[in-house]
Amino acid sequence: MLEIRNLNAGYGDMTVLKSISLSVTEGEVLSIAGNNGAGKSTLLKAISGIIRYSGSILFLDTELNGLKPHSIVEKGIVHVPEGRKIFPEMSVSENLKMGAFLNPRDYRRHLELAFSLFPRLAERRNQLGGTMSGGEQQILAIARGLMGNPKLLMLDEPSLGLSPLYTELVFKSIGEIKRSGVTVLLVEQNVCESLMASDRGYVMETGSIVLSGRGSELLENPLVKKAYLGI
Amino acid sequence: MLFFQSLISGILIGGVYALAAMGMSLVFGVMNISNFAHGELMMLGMYMAYYLFTLLNIDPFLSLLIIMPLTFVFGYVIEKTMIDRVMDHPSENQILLTVGFGLIMSNSALLAFTSDPKILTTSYSSSSIALPGGISVSIPMLLSFLVTCILTAALYLFLAKSRTGMALRATSQNREAAQLMGINVSRMSAIAFGTGTLLAASAGAMIAQTYYIDPFAGHIFLLKSFTICVLGGLGSVIGAGIGGIIIGLAEAMSSAYLSSDWKDVLVFILFLAILLLRPQGLFGKKGEQ
Repeated sequence: MLEIRNLNAGYGDMTVLKSISLSVTEGEVLSIAGNNGAGKSTLLKAISGIIRYSGSILFLDTELNGLKPHSIVEKGIVHVPEGRKIFPEMSVSENLKMGAFLNPRDYRRHLELAFSLFPRLAERRNQLGGTMSGGEQQILAIARGLMGNPKLLMLDEPSLGLSPLYTELVFKSIGEIKRSGVTVLLVEQNVCESLMASDRGYVMETGSIVLSGRGSELLENPLVKKAYLGI
Repeated sequence: MLFFQSLISGILIGGVYALAAMGMSLVFGVMNISNFAHGELMMLGMYMAYYLFTLLNIDPFLSLLIIMPLTFVFGYVIEKTMIDRVMDHPSENQILLTVGFGLIMSNSALLAFTSDPKILTTSYSSSSIALPGGISVSIPMLLSFLVTCILTAALYLFLAKSRTGMALRATSQNREAAQLMGINVSRMSAIAFGTGTLLAASAGAMIAQTYYIDPFAGHIFLLKSFTICVLGGLGSVIGAGIGGIIIGLAEAMSSAYLSSDWKDVLVFILFLAILLLRPQGLFGKKGEQ
């Protein structure tokens, strides 16, 4: 579904991603694990067209390099950014409406789906986004992403800074999103939880992919155990 | 009675200030750019109203129907061809660009229209309504205020309810997230700049009967709009609306009770006091740049 070949990217003179190649298969949950600063978020920003890069990203056989972010959303890739980035002075329903910016016709149907996934948002629909707790903002950001009817949903650090209760809710929702037919690309520092929730995974270190495999295999890998799980 | 007279004149002129400042605030909110050519865009509106009246005999308030679409397109094109290029550049470059663009506009006007001040006089320019107690309300100012109220309500509805208006607000609240929703933010910038231009030019057209029209007539309004935006909180359109009325009142009161020479001094004292006491403005958020 998504095929990345030889991707290099950075900020100014600093190289962050060094010839990354990876692929995402339709229908799977793929996670990219790694420490802070490994380049995971930069990778997602390259896919969604926010930063420039060299190399090739093919999505359903279309080259994405050179496309503007809004055209990439149109192709069916929705990126839920790190730090949630909800619209603070808009209500929950307005935030969700913005998520459905490109397909306002399906707004009602997607709204029902989002509310069934996160009933909390239905209760809070008139509250301003900026006044909600971190966990509520995170589920709002995920729901807002789903409103765009993605084929591929990219989640950047969805569990960062959340209470155990919301972390569990977020990981549970990833399973349900997968069941609804959406492919998920998950970037996480929470290596253990994310690999457990995934079909396959990659491990990134300082801008390169160092390991790849099935989620369960990676959890058993001695390197992963030592470096990330502290076992 | 002096008090009520000043109160009414202050609110009426404040409404027009508010209109111009809302345009500047919208541009700042969506694009994060201070438009130093804003005064020249008002000047453009003044000349357009003047020539539409003297050449084609179109009433200045009626001519808004022509001025608004034309200046929107003008602003849209200026954003697409010039300002879009500096969007990702440091703010000094953006300031140089808008200041330079303003200089080109005012000096082009100087070449085209000379520096002789023009006066737009309609049949009702100096008429007024007499209220009990010797208070008089200028008809052109009253009309400007009413039109300002209509335009403000229209702007509010546009931003609150329409799809494009909501996308403008989303872009102003978080540009990156707006992009990730599939919003074409560079198009939003052009729409914001076009709308800002339209609002500035409309304000200019409406005060064309009250002020002398010359190529540099916009300067003082640039400073006022900027003060109002800071007072209301940069990027807050509602703040700019209320800030405009406050500045109008402050000016009218200081002219009445001190002397008209003091009115600009008072405005800038107010400006400094806000920066010292509440730098985020009345409706701004703390900690924002």
